[in-house]
This record gives sequence, C-alpha cells and structure tokens, in this order.
Amino acid sequence: MLTNIISISLGAILINNFIFSQFLGCCPFLGCSSKVETATGMGLAVVFVMGLASAICWVINEYLLVALHLEFLQTLAFILVIAALVQFVEMFLKKSVPSLYSALGIYLPLITTNCAVLGVVLLNVQNNYNFLESLVYGITGGLGFMLAIVLFASVRERIEFSDYPECFEGFPICLVSAALLALAFMGFSGMKIF
Amino acid sequence: MTSILLAILVLGVLGGIFGAILAFASQIFHVEVDPKQEAIRSCLAGANCGGCGYPGCDGYAAAVVAGEAPTNRCVAGGAEAAERIARIMGVDAGTAEKVVAFVPCSGTEGHAEMRFNYSGPVDCRAAMLFGGKSNKTCTFACIGMGNCVKVCQFDAMHIVNGVAKVDRSKCVGCGACADTCPKSIIKMIPESLKVIPACGNKDKGAKVMKMCDFGCIGCMKCQRECPADAIVVKDNLAVVDPEKCVGCGHCADICPRHIINWFDKK
Repeated sequence: MLTNIISISLGAILINNFIFSQFLGCCPFLGCSSKVETATGMGLAVVFVMGLASAICWVINEYLLVALHLEFLQTLAFILVIAALVQFVEMFLKKSVPSLYSALGIYLPLITTNCAVLGVVLLNVQNNYNFLESLVYGITGGLGFMLAIVLFASVRERIEFSDYPECFEGFPICLVSAALLALAFMGFSGMKIF
Repeated sequence: MTSILLAILVLGVLGGIFGAILAFASQIFHVEVDPKQEAIRSCLAGANCGGCGYPGCDGYAAAVVAGEAPTNRCVAGGAEAAERIARIMGVDAGTAEKVVAFVPCSGTEGHAEMRFNYSGPVDCRAAMLFGGKSNKTCTFACIGMGNCVKVCQFDAMHIVNGVAKVDRSKCVGCGACADTCPKSIIKMIPESLKVIPACGNKDKGAKVMKMCDFGCIGCMKCQRECPADAIVVKDNLAVVDPEKCVGCGHCADICPRHIINWFDKK
C-alpha cells in the first residue's frame, strides 16, 4: 500500500511530470512563469485545486457515472464539477481565509479551465485508482506542476539578464529553454521505482 | 434511448445542483466591501502599476480606507485623483501635511569644483562609479545628470545650471526622486517650511570654501541673527526648526554665501 503511494507520488512529480512529459497545463506554465513569486502562487493554487478535484471527481465517477453506466459522460461531468468547485472554493476562501485568498485568489479563476486539472481526474479513472490513490496522484501531480513552473520561472528570471539573439526575444527563448528543461526531465523517463 | 435520457437527466440535475449551490454560496459568502473602498478604487487610474507601493489599485484602495496610506500615492492618477480621494475620505489639506522634494545643493556649474572631466553616459549612477564619488569634489553635491528628472512623472524636476531644481507648484511629494537619487541627497520637506539652506555639506568651513562658492561654511551668522532662534548650526550646517521659524526671511538676506532659500519671498 505504502510502496504504491510512494511510487505514484514520485511518478507524478518526476517521472511523468505533468508539464515536462505529459505536456498538460502548458498555458499557465508559460503565462504565469515570468516571476518566481507568481509562479509559486500559481503552483500552490494548482496543488490545491488538483487535490480537491481528484477527490470529488472520484466520488462522482464511482457513485454516479459508473453506477448508472454513464462512463461516456466523464469528460463533460468532470468539467462541470471542476468549474463549479473552483468557483465555490474561491467564494469560500474570500470569506473564510482572506489571507489565503489574497495569495491564491487571482490564480483560482485561471485554473478553472486548466487542462492539467481535467487531465489528472481522467488519468485517475484510466489508471483505476482508488480514492486514496486518486487523492495522492492529484496532490503530487500538482506538486510536480509547481516544481516545473518554479524551476522555469527562475530560469526565465536569469534569461532576462542574459545576452541572447534579439530575434529570440520573448516567447521564442522561453520555448527553447522550456524544451531544454523538459529534456532534462526526460532523464527520468522509463524509470521504475518498485 | 434510455441512456440518452438518463445522460440528459444526470447532467441537468448535476448542473442544477451546482448552480443552486453556487447561488446559495454567493449569498452566504458575500463579503461586504466598504463602499468607500469602491469609490476610491474608481478614482484611481486602474492600471495596477504598483507605483504606490501596494499590490495593485485594490490593495491601495483598501490601505487608504484602513487609514494606512496617504491619499496622494496614486502616481498615475496625479493630483486630481489625490484630491478626489481626499474628499471621499474627508481629509482636508490642512490635516495631512503636504511634503515636497528639495535638493539641498547650490553648486551650480562653474561654482562647484570638479574632480575630473566626466564624459560618459548621462546618468548619475554611472557618474558615481568612480570611487563612489561623482565628478564634483563635494561629496554632498548634486551630480546634475538628471536621474530624478527621468523618474518624476509630474514634470516637477529640472536641471538648472547643473543642479536639480524642484518646481514646488508641480511637486506632489511622491518621493520618487528621493528614492532614485544615488547619493540620497534629495530630501522630502514639509511644504510649510519657509526657509532652508540649499546645501548639505557637513565638512568644515575652510574645506567647503575651497570646493564650492555656494556651500554652507557653518559661520553661524544665521544662528546669531535669527530673531526667533529657529536656526542651529549642527555638523557645520545650518538647520532650521520649522516650529520656531516665523518665515521673516532675515537669514536669507544676511547669509554671506546666499544659499538660504526663502520660499515665501514676495
């Protein structure tokens, strides 16, 4: 049981990193990574939402869709659940935990349609994870996303001060460096832990 | 057929339930925002530029309502926004002491001794790179390359004869010039201060005499002659006590170096 959890966690963070080897969530990865500070905020918000969405979608899938033989509705139902969940969490945080809201607040609406969040809940179903495994996969998948975006943000901050060809200014140099970073993560691919 | 109906039913019910929950939650979790805050928010420029030192316009509006921030911090909104915010907050100009920038240096071109001829980028920071001193011998002198002019968003800073000069009618007291000055010589002074010596040199008189025609030599004439005893020479530099000063301007008239600025002079 424990070994299973550890292997899921390490797999989600390093081996099958959501950004670098599954290429999910690239939009916020590029959009919110110009500063380490905002990248950290975005990463935390993704960890939070991915964990919560995994847990709730697992329940919906198991007790509603599977029970009624409506598995073909998974994508649609999950989008609905995630969107409603994020809106609800945003309202809840604004009222109850203002400090957390001011830290994550502006990133929450951005995540509503983040494909990494939808990806994690669909992968949970595909891999036949149970509730605990789904939760762990959601949270560690988010941590993997956070690791990637914070690493990339620090790279981008360094790029600002470096001398690169003018024609690469802006996104081109970012995409090149993102590719190199992904290549580094390729070193983990194919590893088996247990 | 039944599966289609079931699908519609399930998604419809799910959507309905989520909608109801969200509608209900928006009532329960409604956060009362101070109407003043929204009013202030509408006065600001809305560019979220961060020029006020707060995270975005909303952050600044909240700080003003909480009484933590002065009303004139919106650089982009300018004096007009400051006035409208002050009206909303019920603060009049009297209660909030207005400050203006002041450059305590009179070492104009040809009157201040130069250490070397500088020909490089026209930038005070660049000119400071030579041993931490600028091209003027006096360590307290204005370099006059205009970094403060560049950061002033209100056109209140100008270089006149090699020394920065503040246009007090345009200065809003944002302090951007004082922050950027690499020598940190620009001071923020209360607008009500009537006289102030335009020199910051704390060296002894004889030394000042050599390096600048317009440096305070600490001769103490102003201290002796001030009818209100408002001037004290401290560290070889005249300092005016704003509470005692009556603004007669006698010191400005008698200063042998002619460096005391008298703002109310008619």
